[in-house]
Amino acid sequence: MNADQTDALINTVRAAIAARRALRIIGGNTKAFLGRATGIADTLSTAGHRGIINYEPQELVITARAGTPVLEIETALAQHGQMLAFEPPHYGDHATLGGTIACNLSGPRRPYAGAARDFVLGVEIINGHGDRLRFGGQVMKNVAGYDVARLMTGAYGTLGVLLNVTLKVLPRAVASLTVHHETSLTAAIEQMNIWAGQPLPITATAFDGAGLSTRLEGTETAVRAARLKLGGELETREDYWLSVREHTHGFFHDTRPLWRLALPPASAPLALNGKYFVEWNGALRWLYSDTTAEQVRAAALQHGGHATLLRAQQRNEAFHPLPAPLAQLHRKVKAAFDPHAIFNPGRLYAEF
Amino acid sequence: MTTHSAQTTTIIPKLRDLLPAHAVLATNEELRPYECDGLSAYRQVPLVVVLPENVEQVQAVVRLCYRHGVPIVARGAGTGLSGGALPLANGVLLSLAKLNRIIEIDLHNRSARVEPGVRNLAISQAAAPHGLYYAPDPSSQIACSIGGNVAENSGGVHCLKYGLTVHNILKLKVVLADGEIVTLGSDACDSAGYDLLALFTGSEGLLGIVVEVTVRLLPKPERTQVLLAAYASVAAAGQTVSTIIGAGIIPAGLEMMDQLAIRAAEDFVHVGYPTDAAAILLCEVDGTNEEVSEHVATIRNIMLAQGATTVRTAIDDQESALLWKGRKAAFPAVGRLAPDYYCMDGTIPRRCLPQVLDEIEHLSKEYDLRVANVFHAGDGNLHPLILYDANRSGELHRAEQFGARILELCVRVGGTITGEHGVGIEKLDAMCVMFQPTELTQFFSVKNAFDPHGLLNPGKAIPSLHRCAELGAMHVHRGQVPFPDIERF
Repeated sequence: MNADQTDALINTVRAAIAARRALRIIGGNTKAFLGRATGIADTLSTAGHRGIINYEPQELVITARAGTPVLEIETALAQHGQMLAFEPPHYGDHATLGGTIACNLSGPRRPYAGAARDFVLGVEIINGHGDRLRFGGQVMKNVAGYDVARLMTGAYGTLGVLLNVTLKVLPRAVASLTVHHETSLTAAIEQMNIWAGQPLPITATAFDGAGLSTRLEGTETAVRAARLKLGGELETREDYWLSVREHTHGFFHDTRPLWRLALPPASAPLALNGKYFVEWNGALRWLYSDTTAEQVRAAALQHGGHATLLRAQQRNEAFHPLPAPLAQLHRKVKAAFDPHAIFNPGRLYAEF
Repeated sequence: MTTHSAQTTTIIPKLRDLLPAHAVLATNEELRPYECDGLSAYRQVPLVVVLPENVEQVQAVVRLCYRHGVPIVARGAGTGLSGGALPLANGVLLSLAKLNRIIEIDLHNRSARVEPGVRNLAISQAAAPHGLYYAPDPSSQIACSIGGNVAENSGGVHCLKYGLTVHNILKLKVVLADGEIVTLGSDACDSAGYDLLALFTGSEGLLGIVVEVTVRLLPKPERTQVLLAAYASVAAAGQTVSTIIGAGIIPAGLEMMDQLAIRAAEDFVHVGYPTDAAAILLCEVDGTNEEVSEHVATIRNIMLAQGATTVRTAIDDQESALLWKGRKAAFPAVGRLAPDYYCMDGTIPRRCLPQVLDEIEHLSKEYDLRVANVFHAGDGNLHPLILYDANRSGELHRAEQFGARILELCVRVGGTITGEHGVGIEKLDAMCVMFQPTELTQFFSVKNAFDPHGLLNPGKAIPSLHRCAELGAMHVHRGQVPFPDIERF
């Protein structure tokens, strides 16, 4: 099942460049709902380009081809008591490493451990000239050349095709438990931020409308001691954080547009109608609302954040519009990697 | 070229129009202190030094230089070790030292907004009364500036657990080559569009000039404890590191020193290091009280099981500080062993450490120069310190050649030519070993997107294809001869 399809992928890209035809890059096709709908006819699938190339548990490093299922990677890591610490949402059974990195998807542990981009050590890509390039490496510290590996993370495939990715991995905690406190939205945000300023072994927080859930992880004694400090009821649903990560939690059953608001964590609750689910100490707020996009974006911006339309019928503008000088810089960066606009044009913003 | 030089000499009066009189330095006496950064083997007096006092003045200088095609080298505290702030004879040296205010500490959101000239340590000191600190702590933290840290993506002894600069900053305000100001990142956890914040971090002043930095602050750990273990072999010390990490513990700091470094440090600061050991390991664990107790016990057992001849656990903060003191003084301590030393900065996969140290030992004999090794063992960042005497004819050249061979060795075992000091002017040739022409070309395109006229820190960080071809070098790179299309003579 594992296969190195680098040559075939390069050939497809070169043919597309020659014909000046855009490519829609897909892996497991689990994230088609993210970003703008592009209507690009030709697809480039990385799904067959899969397999773990190198995994050294004691070096805390894994390298795998872009089409490798995230599940396969997580299983391999778990066998050595390790994990992808950014806890990526899969949004489907066939989620691949490439798609996860291209979308910079991170789950509940993100404010404590870091985002997907924080764990990317190196990538191999095909750029818009059809060249196979390698940036970064397989070591933790590397400042040779511009950090193209992290730039690729979250670029939604618009700058190049990921061939393989090297990630830093971390040990799983020995003990984990979640406590629940009934509280209001305002009080939950306050409490999350008070705790975040203290040396506690917290690795996830969520306010689901009814109360605050807080995950404690570390050694047995550390978790026990923190549990006494925090109090609250013990959460018994084993899959609670999985349901938060994958949006299978009851909150996420709604037909209105779903917004992802990224804010400074301690921001007060926004004055937008709708229902809220809060994670990341308040830095991530999910909002179901029929409020206009302009109003949602203005409210996020006012607090120093930005708003992404995550799930909706109309996705003409999924990501927060960029100020003019920054948009200009984005166009130049896009052209620097993909001068013929072959890779996912329009997925991030209409003009690139 | 004549117009160019005419432009550069007429730039000085124009700069005086924009800035207060004391903010423009142009006499030889005034310029001399700026002729080098922390890598003093390279020196060049700049055309002029400017010390703007606010963002508007920085912007005005950059606009002026853009209009007149005059190159700019930005400089923070000048502590860089790769010559990244080496001036240009026909260029403006733009010092950010006077932009040194801590603008705001946001306790609720655990962040600090500071100007680029603020010293790294000053941020942690300002946050300390609130139980917070800024995690990256390069060994020069008492002097180095946060703007320089961003330019170099600086690390420190705690970066295995807490990451590099790129992991600990939220937002940058940047003046681009044409004088336009953009904000990269945001006060939120991420921002819309490309991760230009990450691209910019570590770009060595080639993509823009940082005029404001917002950093993330962390709560200070409840407890910190340091263990010291001595070993009769480097391999045993290395195996200990792998075993600790294999046991699921990520220490806050994990440092190794070889015998020459141990002896130099002990002679210098007298902290009680075992000078007969082949290697020592310093391991710092932090976290909650309970967690630290468990980890210290586990690590102690691992050290003994891996053949440590002595294990010393610091009983209090004072003893911890003492054990660290020797490590922190390692560079100046080694500096006392010879008139000069050349500090290398490669990163290797940790498992290759015994092999790499072995080969460095052989190279040491080949070049007839002593070398002491200090190693950030947790993250694989190796600092061989090559001892030489610049006054002895040919020794500097031998030291540089020796250094280049070490970097090639790092690349060969799957590592990199610079873990944290940057490429600057120093490792341009080594970049030719690390990257293929197509990759360098991609870097040029990135540079061109930000700075099409090549005015910001030109000649640093990324070598020209011509230079790499000239170098010829016949470096075997990933099993291929580089530049197969270029004729060789």
